Amino acid sequence: MNPRLYPLAATIAIFLVAWVICVLQFPYMLSTRVVGNLLTDNAYLGIVAVGMTIVILSGGIDLSVGSVIAFAGVFISVMLRDSGLHPLVVFALLLVLTTAFGAAMGWLIHTLAMPPFIVTLAGMFLARGLAYMLTIDSVPINHGFYKFLNDAYWLMPGKGRLTLIGVVMLLTVAVGMVVAHRTKFGASVLALGGGEATARLMGVRVGATTVAIYAFSGFMAGLAGIVFSIYTSSGYPLATVGTELTAIAAVVIGGTLLTGGAGFVFGTLIGVLTMGLIQTFIVFDGTLSSWWTKIIIGILLLSFILLQKGLMRLSTVGQRA
Amino acid sequence: MLLTIRSLTKTFPGTRALDGVDFDLAAGEIHALLGENGAGKSTLIKCLTGAYARDAGKISLDGQTVSPKSTSEAQELGIGTVYQEVNLLANLTVAQNLTFGREPTRFGMVDGRAQRQQAEAMLEGYGLDIDVSRDLSTYSVAVRQIVAIARAVALSGKVLILDEPTASLDSREVETLFGVMRKLRDQGMGMIFVSHFLDQVFSLTDRVTVLRNGRKITTERTADLDRVRLIEHMLGHTLENEVAGHRKADHGLPRSELLRFEDFGRRGHIEPFNLSVGEGEVLGLAGLLGSGRTESAELMFGVASAHSGSAQDKSGAIDLSSPRAAIAAGFGFAPEERKADGIVADLSVRENIALAMQARRGWARPISRSEQTRLAQDYIARLDIRTSGPDQVVGDLSGGNQQKVVLARWLAMNPRFLILDEPTRGIDVGAHAEILRLIDEVTKEGMSILVISSELDELIAVANRVIVVRDRRHVAELTGSEITTETIVRAIAAPEQGEDAA
Repeated sequence: MNPRLYPLAATIAIFLVAWVICVLQFPYMLSTRVVGNLLTDNAYLGIVAVGMTIVILSGGIDLSVGSVIAFAGVFISVMLRDSGLHPLVVFALLLVLTTAFGAAMGWLIHTLAMPPFIVTLAGMFLARGLAYMLTIDSVPINHGFYKFLNDAYWLMPGKGRLTLIGVVMLLTVAVGMVVAHRTKFGASVLALGGGEATARLMGVRVGATTVAIYAFSGFMAGLAGIVFSIYTSSGYPLATVGTELTAIAAVVIGGTLLTGGAGFVFGTLIGVLTMGLIQTFIVFDGTLSSWWTKIIIGILLLSFILLQKGLMRLSTVGQRA
Repeated sequence: MLLTIRSLTKTFPGTRALDGVDFDLAAGEIHALLGENGAGKSTLIKCLTGAYARDAGKISLDGQTVSPKSTSEAQELGIGTVYQEVNLLANLTVAQNLTFGREPTRFGMVDGRAQRQQAEAMLEGYGLDIDVSRDLSTYSVAVRQIVAIARAVALSGKVLILDEPTASLDSREVETLFGVMRKLRDQGMGMIFVSHFLDQVFSLTDRVTVLRNGRKITTERTADLDRVRLIEHMLGHTLENEVAGHRKADHGLPRSELLRFEDFGRRGHIEPFNLSVGEGEVLGLAGLLGSGRTESAELMFGVASAHSGSAQDKSGAIDLSSPRAAIAAGFGFAPEERKADGIVADLSVRENIALAMQARRGWARPISRSEQTRLAQDYIARLDIRTSGPDQVVGDLSGGNQQKVVLARWLAMNPRFLILDEPTRGIDVGAHAEILRLIDEVTKEGMSILVISSELDELIAVANRVIVVRDRRHVAELTGSEITTETIVRAIAAPEQGEDAA
């Protein structure tokens, strides 16, 4: 096997092993119902993690996405309550807003040569603050179209529901895979992650690429916000606090190098599902506190960082030999 | 001529990096560009590759005047560059690197199979049998170097600039690379080869151009050139013009030994050497750039740890495993890149002088403000540092005065062995003389100093003994009246003569 696939293989292996352990303990976890719920419950996380993967592949980070999801939910619910616009129009408006927001952050990162950490941290507070400006309450969404969206699912054999938002997530992952690994833009992203100066020498348009990367992440955060609002049928400014960190964890568990330049969007999907699986296991068990999810994710994250270090050391040793 | 450069001039604030330089490159020629640090080689290359805009002069390629404004524009014109630090992306596959920016697409998506085929076609004829779908990082530097050449050739195809391409290759890899270069020469490519390995220059190139202080000194056919003349061109001395008056009258005076290095070496940096340092002695270290001068110094100061050998003084072995240990052992080191490694530019003169002393005393015993000021004023007066006062920021001082601050800092610690790497680089003549006078003064008080310098005059004027370094080996040791420009240049150039002199 090509050594560049090792981290991805490790991710998939860990996911399969985890599932086998789960099934051995609770055979019902093999059912399509669990699979359907896994996809539905983690749809918004999966979508935002695709955006985060692109950002991390380029060597950046986007801390604003959790707040942007919350802003999206509040924006949608308030607009639907106050304006009478059709949800699809609101969705389009929202996506334009969040994409522009991401693009603006990318522009700042490039023109001011500021670390993405700082710029997107500011973006995080800004988006959260904007959400509070719209409302401080949880606003329910009662639009008929939302009912339709929520009821849209395909009944899989075994009574599992493959919901619309689950499908949206899978499609997003597919799009992310194509963008990252099959386009010139994706090559530029990976080039930036490998080293900005070198990327520039090889002809990457650094500024335009940086703006596009954060715009993409902003779009994905907006889309995740739409999905989250469908999932919860409400908008709440305090929602999804810390989701950016969960997304980063999913990306890293998915085998993407946190320093950028190497990784796979498909791995991120597996990372999200692995985290969802642990959560499901704890729900099935019933006696474990939900904090165990965090502990296990922490351990997984640590072991992945160690694995990456080990692989890097192995590859440099191989070079010497 | 494929490429002609006429009276190329480039000025930076304070220096004229290139002064009316002419340069010609024929198709099917490998042309060496030589010169010491600061001679203008990299400025010339950067003007060619579009990284700098020239101030005056003309560059023509195939008879057409060109002025590339960026590296990619230069590439499109036909001028490609391969650097020592390979400018490819190790995290991408070989195929991605080779086709980057020109990926074959199908339905708007990159076609992986066509990409691999294209990459394999580009690598044909280079004698590489590698899997192009693997990450570039899985291959050695030599392979990456060849991949970089293949990319540059495919992209540009007229002029190839190789900037120190062999610096991190072993001799077998160098041969492979040279094979590739000779083949390209036969295909009519013009190549500019920058290297400080003279053996390679003689074995590979057709013509040599030497730059010094931003001026072209000479262009000659390599076959007509001998080593000694080449080194004279580079260092700017002719044997006739020898500087008389070796000042050190006290040579031959018996000195008590302060330190002794035995079999001291590190693989890939400097071959093991023996060196004894006398009390109050000034040792000079001569050699061309990259010959192992700085590496020797870094080893002695613990910047890189030695793989073999030991250092001893009267009371036994000394620990030189880190700069901290070396400082504790009474060593000092003023590095060549003083802006990067020697001073803290944002701190004041006073703070810079106090810094090393404080580090030595430990943080628990702070040096009082008044003592710092007294110390700073003492050294400002003693070294004649031109500053508005102890609290002026060091970054605002001139190069010579910055260097004096570095010296002051080490002198304040009163080391027994002080290493100065190019102490007079980039400073004016007046400050130059003062620093030499200072070296003389402190050695009278018993301090031992090792001076690394490209300026032979300087070494002759100041050193009691000169060690000559070549190809990462200490090849000769000259004392007293043996120290002349001629003997040093001969030792640098030719092994036999150098060892005779020792």
